Amino acid sequence: MRKLTQKIRGLKKTTKVDFATYLGVILAFIAVTLLGRFGLLNRSLTGMLVPICAYIVMAVSLNLTVGILGELSLGHAGFMSVGAFSGVIAAQSLQGAIPSAPVRLAVAILVGAVFAAAAGFIVGVPVLRLRGDYLAIVTLAFGEIIKELINCLLVGYDSRGLHMAFNVSGSLTINDLGLEPDGMAIIKGAQGATGTTTIATFTAGFILIMITLVIVLNLVRSRAGRAIMALRDNRIAAESVGINVTKYKLMAFVTSASLAGAAGALYGLNYSNLAASKFSFDTSILVLVYVVLGGLGNMWGSIIAAAVLYILPEALREFADYRMLVYAVVLILVMLATNNDQLKALAGRILPKRKGAADNG
Amino acid sequence: MKKKNLAARLLAGAMCLSLLAGCSSTGGTPASGAPSQGAQESQPAQNDNQGGQTAGGTFKLGGIGPLTTDTAIYGKAAMNGAQIAVDEINALGGAIQFELQAEDDQADPELGVNAYHKLLDDGAQIIVGSVTSGSGIAVSAETFKDRVFTLTPSGSSVDVIDGKDNVFQVCFTDPNQGTGSADYISENLPGAKVAVIYRNDDAYSQGIRDTFVAEADAKGMSIVYQGTFTKDTQTDFSVQLAGAQNAGADVLFLPIYYQPASVILAQAAAMSYAPTFFGVDGMDGILTMEGFDTKLAEGVMLLTPFSADAEDERTQNFVKKYNELHGETPNQFAADGYDAVYVIYEAIQAAGCTAGMSAADICEALVKAMTTISVDGLTGQGMTWKASGEVSKAPMAVVIKDGVYVTP
Amino acid sequence: MEFLSYLISGISLGSVYAIIALGYTMVYGIAKMLNFAHGDVIMVGGYVSFCAMSYLGLPGWLSVVLAMAACTVLGVVIEGLAYKPLRQATSLAVLITAIGVSYFLQNAAQLIWGASPKGYTPLIPTTNAQGEPNALRLFDGQLSISYISLFTMGACIVIMALLTFFTGRTKLGKAMRACSEDKGAAQLMGINVNATISLTFAIGSALAAVAGGLLCSFTTSLMPTTGSMPGIKAFTAAVFGGIGSIPGAFLGGVLLGIIESLAKAYISTQLANAILFAVLIIVLLVKPSGLLGKYVPEKV
Repeated sequence: MRKLTQKIRGLKKTTKVDFATYLGVILAFIAVTLLGRFGLLNRSLTGMLVPICAYIVMAVSLNLTVGILGELSLGHAGFMSVGAFSGVIAAQSLQGAIPSAPVRLAVAILVGAVFAAAAGFIVGVPVLRLRGDYLAIVTLAFGEIIKELINCLLVGYDSRGLHMAFNVSGSLTINDLGLEPDGMAIIKGAQGATGTTTIATFTAGFILIMITLVIVLNLVRSRAGRAIMALRDNRIAAESVGINVTKYKLMAFVTSASLAGAAGALYGLNYSNLAASKFSFDTSILVLVYVVLGGLGNMWGSIIAAAVLYILPEALREFADYRMLVYAVVLILVMLATNNDQLKALAGRILPKRKGAADNG
Repeated sequence: MKKKNLAARLLAGAMCLSLLAGCSSTGGTPASGAPSQGAQESQPAQNDNQGGQTAGGTFKLGGIGPLTTDTAIYGKAAMNGAQIAVDEINALGGAIQFELQAEDDQADPELGVNAYHKLLDDGAQIIVGSVTSGSGIAVSAETFKDRVFTLTPSGSSVDVIDGKDNVFQVCFTDPNQGTGSADYISENLPGAKVAVIYRNDDAYSQGIRDTFVAEADAKGMSIVYQGTFTKDTQTDFSVQLAGAQNAGADVLFLPIYYQPASVILAQAAAMSYAPTFFGVDGMDGILTMEGFDTKLAEGVMLLTPFSADAEDERTQNFVKKYNELHGETPNQFAADGYDAVYVIYEAIQAAGCTAGMSAADICEALVKAMTTISVDGLTGQGMTWKASGEVSKAPMAVVIKDGVYVTP
Repeated sequence: MEFLSYLISGISLGSVYAIIALGYTMVYGIAKMLNFAHGDVIMVGGYVSFCAMSYLGLPGWLSVVLAMAACTVLGVVIEGLAYKPLRQATSLAVLITAIGVSYFLQNAAQLIWGASPKGYTPLIPTTNAQGEPNALRLFDGQLSISYISLFTMGACIVIMALLTFFTGRTKLGKAMRACSEDKGAAQLMGINVNATISLTFAIGSALAAVAGGLLCSFTTSLMPTTGSMPGIKAFTAAVFGGIGSIPGAFLGGVLLGIIESLAKAYISTQLANAILFAVLIIVLLVKPSGLLGKYVPEKV
């Protein structure tokens, strides 16, 4: 036992934090599952588990771009959208081929991740040459473009396979796909994906969070991760020691996009209806709020912030009409409080021990 | 940096605690006649109540609709209308009493499902919603799984009811409106060159337009122009209007809500383009829009199930009450919400449900009763329902003259 | 002729974007923050002038003046309560706060004025008493430009000229530019940086009120979310022209309007926004600091 504690003490501080994060997520999963088993969890919370998992994955993946790579992205929901719709198409059209729902879900998430990664690559190559607020506006622009493109998409599936049409002129309808009578419409333009068989589960969400954490934390702690953070802290200095800017920026950006796609697929398969307008600028901002409040570069902060801030507006339902107003006020106050020098000094005084321990470790 | 994070964590922690407190207080108070947590838990003992007993008790209705953000007007209207019906029924002092709890979904499927779960936690037995189609499709999929009776006031997409035996609509389905409009135009405005402007990121608008175009093709009508817009571009229609004008359209079909329609009317007047404007039920409300110049709407035709100017006593009473309570003239959504509660009232009487029954048992009983009842409401006389959930009522075509609806 | 009329409707739409973008760019140039609440200040300006016109019966110009006063106060209050305490914080913290302010304004507006859209009477009515369009007719009436469009374009140019004069020639304007270059050095030279930033917000918000009146004259309706999309587009316009540059914001706004209008007319009404954003991306890739933006060389 003592050996173990010594071993833990001997670990690097970052490693300890990482393991604590894994452990925390696993414990939270076990606790929630047990509570659910004994019927102690109300329906509201049970129903929110899958979207919370999806938003946690979104927040962690966005933190990779914003916190670790240091680039502000305002279009993260675009990648979620790509993942969600490709995932839904995959899951719906494979219903016959893969009867097992968990396997189909896994395949759909994988498909979502791959398509979002491709989108991330296409967006990333030109975008990452820009800096600061210019990069932010271009990610916003890409998010909006993806939304508009999916609004024009018509997809159907029948015995002959997948059919797609792109309604640029505004005069096509789902009937123009020429589906056979046994076929089904998967995406009907603005109406989005309707009638999706919902197969997302909390367990799948938990596994996805764990995979995301493993990928992100290992990337961050690796040689590549240090190169990425060096780029964030001082690009010119990093370049001068031979770090390949494009390669490492793309690595972080594409990873972030593909995880967002996976989250999107999970999210999309949790609702029988999904419209492209859901993945607008507002959703990107929502996830960004999670990341900033959780702390830049701080993965477990993102997890907690996503969970708490997702539940917050739901818990504020008692306020009825004033709900979103209260949410806005809380948001502003939290930002003011966390950036208040006096409060920070106070916090430092209250918890001097912890700070010292962290510094020693 | 570290200190900042610390403070953030403290705050997050404090928020967590307050949340937990909030959850336990709402979750811990089971309402009277607590619903089952799902079909499988319904207690068989309560099934015995069903036979022979007269309907009665306080039923808890759960309303779902957008109460905030830009679609709030529809959700608020429907819920206000429903509340008026609830108050009227309760004032009758009969055996059946209602309690309505309305929850916000911001017209978003995700929040709609959240609102639905919250309502069940709070003891709702019957769902009145969702007001919008997008959220309605997701919510009705959940209520179908859980066996909770659902009546949507205005979720008009077919996908809301498709394949779900427990979901019924008060409003027309979108295809119904699309075909109805096409039939009306081909009969009454023969040989018209039709242009369509619709919102292509909105399920309602696109749904009606799809069936309108299909029916128009079948009737051999000529559609000379189709223009679209999105939520983000609904401020400027000059290009679409010019397109329709250049294509020589003399009927402009607008399967859209009245707010963008008001912009289209103003901009068409500004370019002196005056085709016959033809709208659907979303157009209702344009005359009561504060600050809108009703002269612009002169001659606009629309298919609507409800007219606030109708002279029958019930409509007049409803409009008066609504005006007193909310300071505005009710639109069609308010009437849909009002009718929804009365439909449930009639169905409960026909089925002989009691408030002590579980939500699942109420659902089975009401599903059977729905196809047998006939309800006179504000949005239609003698409304009946098919097992699919679709309502049968006649759409009414009206034309706007001197700021009021008249039947042509 | 058709092309010309599309072009003109694009320019008049673009002029509205340009006025909003001018406010954006002023605040960004000096305070170095993306004020996402700017669009919502526009919405408040619209509502104030709407109320002044419908409930107090004031003429259009006076109600816009009233809206300017109200928005100036609002802008200064927001700046003082929400942004000033964050002067030393990271730009992301300020961004999130601005988003919080934006949510706040939208929801407060819904509680105050209700969710139903209001019909906004244009500052210059679209039709005259005879029901004819209030428009300038050219080429035998084949081309018509409404007076409100002309007025918007004129207002836009006047505002741009005034702002250029103000920042370039007056003492206060020079103080603003000094703050924009280097806050620390400006403070050492005796410039009250905090007051200068507050002044910038006051000017930006007053501009937002004007923009609100013109935007609503254009769209003829008003909702709590009226400001958000034009706000984002104006932000895009400001970046397009080079954020921080006053002529850039003007140029960006007008070009954006033209692109949107022509894309709708000749390519697809569905994808108008997508095309607009795609053009923005291409421009930024070729000129990474916008059309008229300053290129800032990096120092090691």
